[in-house]
Amino acid sequence: MEVRRHDVIIVGGGAAGLRAAVAIADADPSADVALVSKVYPMRSHTVSAEGGAAAVARPDDSLEDHAFDTVKGSDFLGDQDVIQYFVEQAARELILLEHWGCPWSRNEDGTVATRAFGGMTTKRTWFARDKVGFHMLHTLFQHSMRYAQIRRYDEYFVTKLLVDGGAVRGVTALDVRSGELFVIAARAVILCTGGGGRAFPFTTNGNIKTGDGMALAYRAGVPLKDMEFVQYHPTGLPRTGILITEAARGEGGYVRNADGERFLVERDYGVGTKAELGPRDMISRAIVQEIEAGRGLKGTYGEYVHLDLTHLGEAHIEAKLPFVRELARTYVGVDPVHEMIPIRPVVHYMMGGVDVDIDGATDLPGLYAAGETASISMNGANRLGSNSLTECLVFGARSGEKALEFARGSSDASEDVLRQQGAEEGARIDALRGKRKGGEKMAVIREQMAAALERGCGVYREESSLEEACRALAQLRGRYADLGLEDASRVFNTELVAALELGNMLDVAEAVANSALPRKESRGAHTRKDYPHRDDQNFLYHTLCSFDPGGPRIGKKPVTLGRWEPQERKY
Amino acid sequence: MGEQKKTFVVTRFDPDRDDAPTTREYEIAVQPDWKTLDALNFIKDHVDGTLAYRWSCRMAVCGSCGMMVNGEPRLTCKDVLSQYGDTVHIAPLANFPVVRDLVIEFDGFMEKFERVKPWILRAKEKAVEEGTHRQSPEQLADFQHFSMCINCMLCYAACPVVSNEPAFLGPAAIALGHRYNLDSRDEGNGARNQVFRGDGTVFSCSYANECSEVCPKKVDPAAAVNQAKIGALLDWAKGLVLPRGGPE
Repeated sequence: MEVRRHDVIIVGGGAAGLRAAVAIADADPSADVALVSKVYPMRSHTVSAEGGAAAVARPDDSLEDHAFDTVKGSDFLGDQDVIQYFVEQAARELILLEHWGCPWSRNEDGTVATRAFGGMTTKRTWFARDKVGFHMLHTLFQHSMRYAQIRRYDEYFVTKLLVDGGAVRGVTALDVRSGELFVIAARAVILCTGGGGRAFPFTTNGNIKTGDGMALAYRAGVPLKDMEFVQYHPTGLPRTGILITEAARGEGGYVRNADGERFLVERDYGVGTKAELGPRDMISRAIVQEIEAGRGLKGTYGEYVHLDLTHLGEAHIEAKLPFVRELARTYVGVDPVHEMIPIRPVVHYMMGGVDVDIDGATDLPGLYAAGETASISMNGANRLGSNSLTECLVFGARSGEKALEFARGSSDASEDVLRQQGAEEGARIDALRGKRKGGEKMAVIREQMAAALERGCGVYREESSLEEACRALAQLRGRYADLGLEDASRVFNTELVAALELGNMLDVAEAVANSALPRKESRGAHTRKDYPHRDDQNFLYHTLCSFDPGGPRIGKKPVTLGRWEPQERKY
Repeated sequence: MGEQKKTFVVTRFDPDRDDAPTTREYEIAVQPDWKTLDALNFIKDHVDGTLAYRWSCRMAVCGSCGMMVNGEPRLTCKDVLSQYGDTVHIAPLANFPVVRDLVIEFDGFMEKFERVKPWILRAKEKAVEEGTHRQSPEQLADFQHFSMCINCMLCYAACPVVSNEPAFLGPAAIALGHRYNLDSRDEGNGARNQVFRGDGTVFSCSYANECSEVCPKKVDPAAAVNQAKIGALLDWAKGLVLPRGGPE
């Protein structure tokens, strides 16, 4: 088996991975970086982010306000040292993107424009119309091409982290095109593969969001943190789950029930005068409650409410929200200039992820993570919209620099050990490819996993449904071992990749359900019907979930407070 | 909702086993609101797990799922299925080598993409401490629509020149280079125009306009190519008078 060597491997080519690669290349032009991604970088799911990226830019704004909004949005589960560093670095990162060509929307005087976003006290969200993730990703990808020392492995699927002598030593990666498995060795590895929203049946996430980096770390013995906190975005299109950006409300859109009422104004859902610009967790709960109270609309794909932009006018929609208009017309046949858009809460983002410190470092020496894959504890129990694109940049860059430092002080792994681990992994992959024995169909297991998660870990949760989800998922894990696959070809075997992805999603799903079960309180996106209040006395801690052959093991980790003590979260 | 049956005639090719592409037919029930990609996903999940194709975002922004549908280049996640009759032919994008089934190889495109230097080139880079460049909404509008390309490569499948002249940079790559040439923050026109003027590049375009017609994001690469031709010529003419253009 061929062994390739680099100084640092980055797994994933979205915003966090590309930013990490550029940070390393800038810090040390002689450093040799491998950017390994299962898709060409411009296909990464960063591309689908729409509304914006937050950073303090206006004279009437302050770092303190951005920090406090984020702390409060997190329902006081965010680590305040991490949040402080984040708000300090945010503008610098967005300015760099501007220098690299990002087409940020502008004010008349040529300065960068900002818009309002949920849970933010002032207009601090930078935007490029309503395709911000697309423009950031393409800017980063195109900028990264300047650096010859960034060696891309496009369409290589990482199957395992190679660990020896208590440190990460590299990865095994399947070249999807040839079907060949390679050992890629490095002194440090950064996981930037995004989240795992695809484990749920109804999600804004693209097909590639299968929790790969989270599962890789988990299987290497690194705990996943705060996995019970799954963000439901209030405004997804029925059936497809396609995201309609929060910027639609930032630009003045209303949410209405079947009676045409702006229920976020009419009834007390805790969002106060913020109304439609309350945080995502609260608005998603409000929509579910309206539907449960019989004030939703009935459709082919379940009940929904309306997002109303008709009062904004065609010119404003075309100038600020052209993609929203394109999506609504294409996927639900509605022109938002004249009609209301059907929407319902949809799984969007995982606040949880690989447990890392403020440097992006895990407890496994040499292993780092950034972006949605990581839980650096910036978002706590609920992320504010437009913080995550900036997070990818701030902590992508920092984890890149820290991983490079680590790599410089480390030594190469033994080639024999790598080859042997590679051979074992190769045998596992070969046994899976076209495995005709075994009666379980992949689509069936995937659908049952998604159904179990939705029933147990939806917007509202309770003891019995969570227990049932944990049981069902453990059972599915057993059935997954008996998977039957049809495709024996080596070349571009997407069935094999999907089978590996399903294994990763099952890990993520079990971590979500098993982390949610013991948290007997309601905080941020984790809402228990049986424990409707936040309980700082007993639950102001991070949940850790570690892999164990017998089932997930749950532990705890303290929250880093700072200038702000927990207080009642009311807007 | 009214179910309807359709037959999908899908091109299959596995280089490990086949000498030449064949087709396979799948008859399935489709829903009225499906896109072409929904049908492929149904086939993959429930009929034939060996079918290979790329897709991800299913919202027309990642650019993965371009294919020929009834002979036309289409982004299948945006392609309304109900517009077709009972039989729908699906094949890999034209003008590219095929890896397998509906999966094309586009190493050549990636190389061309990089050749146009799709990044900001300046004689002196601005320090981050100096903040952002000023760019008026009008200056942004100069290049904005050319920055909307999702690299789906439908324009290459439609282009009559790409198939005959493999060296031709092609619509998307020229539009991308041109996008940076038009950006008020950039000073790299000279370097890019040199690439545009090079062997078999912008002047090979025969004004067929097919690229703009198939573009799912209304980027209008044909306009970019035509503007790039003029820019490259003017720059060349200037070069005859002045010894050097912008930074290389």
